[in-house]
Amino acid sequence: MEPRFKAIADHALLVKFADDASVEAHTCVIALDRAIASDPPVGMIETVPALVNLLVTFDPVLTDHLAVEGHVRKCLKGLKVEEIAGVRRHIQVCYEASFAPDLEAVASATGLSTDAVINAHLAGDYHVLMYGFSPGYAYLSGVTEEIQVPRKPAPIRDVPAGSVIIAGPQCLITTLTMPTGWSIIGRSPNAIFTGDATHPFLFDVGDNVTFERVDLATFERLSKDIDHG
Amino acid sequence: MANAAFSVSFAGPLVTVQDAGRPGNMRYGVSASGPMDRLAYDAANAALGNPPGATAIEISLGGLVLQCKEGAITLAITGGDFVVEHGPQKTGSWTVLTISKGERLAIRAGKAGSWAYLAFAGSLETEDWLGSQATHSTSGFGGGALQSGQTLVISDAGIRDDRLGEIVQPDFTPDGPIRVVTGPQDHHFSEGAVERLLSEAYKVTDAYDRMGMRLKGPLLELDGALSIPSEPIVRGSIQVSGDGVPTILLADHQTTGGYPKIATVISYDTDRLAQFRAGHSLRFTSISSEHSIDDVRTFMGMKTQYLSQISVPRGSLEQRLMGENLIHGCVFD
Repeated sequence: MEPRFKAIADHALLVKFADDASVEAHTCVIALDRAIASDPPVGMIETVPALVNLLVTFDPVLTDHLAVEGHVRKCLKGLKVEEIAGVRRHIQVCYEASFAPDLEAVASATGLSTDAVINAHLAGDYHVLMYGFSPGYAYLSGVTEEIQVPRKPAPIRDVPAGSVIIAGPQCLITTLTMPTGWSIIGRSPNAIFTGDATHPFLFDVGDNVTFERVDLATFERLSKDIDHG
Repeated sequence: MANAAFSVSFAGPLVTVQDAGRPGNMRYGVSASGPMDRLAYDAANAALGNPPGATAIEISLGGLVLQCKEGAITLAITGGDFVVEHGPQKTGSWTVLTISKGERLAIRAGKAGSWAYLAFAGSLETEDWLGSQATHSTSGFGGGALQSGQTLVISDAGIRDDRLGEIVQPDFTPDGPIRVVTGPQDHHFSEGAVERLLSEAYKVTDAYDRMGMRLKGPLLELDGALSIPSEPIVRGSIQVSGDGVPTILLADHQTTGGYPKIATVISYDTDRLAQFRAGHSLRFTSISSEHSIDDVRTFMGMKTQYLSQISVPRGSLEQRLMGENLIHGCVFD
């Protein structure tokens, strides 16, 4: 795909592959992100991958939009979109009722049993699209159509960190106690903040995610492991 | 060197620990944070001869009152036009002073400005997150917000007699309209919306914190295409919600979002913008991205020169008293 370039203020360039979200556009974003990471332009500060575009921020004292665009065009020439493969991450989820206050509501909205909702959630093939909203909030695509439900009309406050939430085709594991209007269907004992300075967040954009069901005892054991670092 | 310790007698909301910030983590949903007014923050460290990026405290309009419990230390206070009370002495912000055990320091909102900076001739001991002590206010990560009753410890506390007194304020900050580069989603607005943004006056509302500043003024209508795919956001993005109200995103902004951005404030104008208070009227002007690069380079040249000037020690108190008149507002026992 041939991207368009847009200068953002004095310190960033937005590289946009499409107007509407698509797997193809997102694959191009990830491929370009990786190509730039292995060959960053002079003065670059960071790149931010999103659904259809990649932001490249830079120090305007050291470079400018045109120089960065030139470098990005060079990276685009050798871009190998077909070779993009993300790491597969396995995330455990406990669907215990106390962790899943909206499971019943999702079941009745979709005409499924709660077990069928859980199985549909486990059956999805998830893909890390981008981060947003708050530190560590990774937006995953791949919620199967049968359990896609809209956002609630009003957000619920103080939703605990680790909550597994869904809205439309997207799923997210919260990292902070925050309000959300998404449906809360479980909780994960896995830490998104890894505590590892070289890889501080579990997911990279482009990773694939598989959910695995755990019971309450396993959840508690795994949560304890996190607490003890 | 010894430690200095303070108890926080009072801290208003959004009084936070800040360093130069943690760029490089936006891909994980983490904005860089750091000072709302980077020039004033840099000046506070320069005036003490600190390395750039040393950890300081950002003080909101809510103010801060400290009581020195242990040791003595030289401090620099910059930013806006705040009121600084050190024992019986009352000065403005932009001052260097030494505070000792038993003394009280109060920094309160003054005539102008929304943020002041308190830098220390020493190392403030606070929490680090992702290699930075800057507070990300919505998560609380980093050094964090100061709470009344807590204790602050500064290790390697130094006394810098050769730096005491008033700090020369920067005189090169422009006071004209806030400069923006239009876009990236200006095409999502109805005809005339960009012209309206650039020709009408907008007011700062009290919906203003480290995440952003909501404005009041003529509405900027979208052309109906409200649902754009979530796109990256930068500090300075002017995003417009579905009701046409613009918000300028600042130091602790969300990293991606689906609201269209009509324009983006150029980097150093976000610093002077941040000092405006609720009710302040402002205007925008559009410049090309090429022009914005020229402007920022000129500004950074002046900033570097200014910081190097104020970082030169001005000699001992004795030398200075012999060489110049008593600095106004200060009384030496």
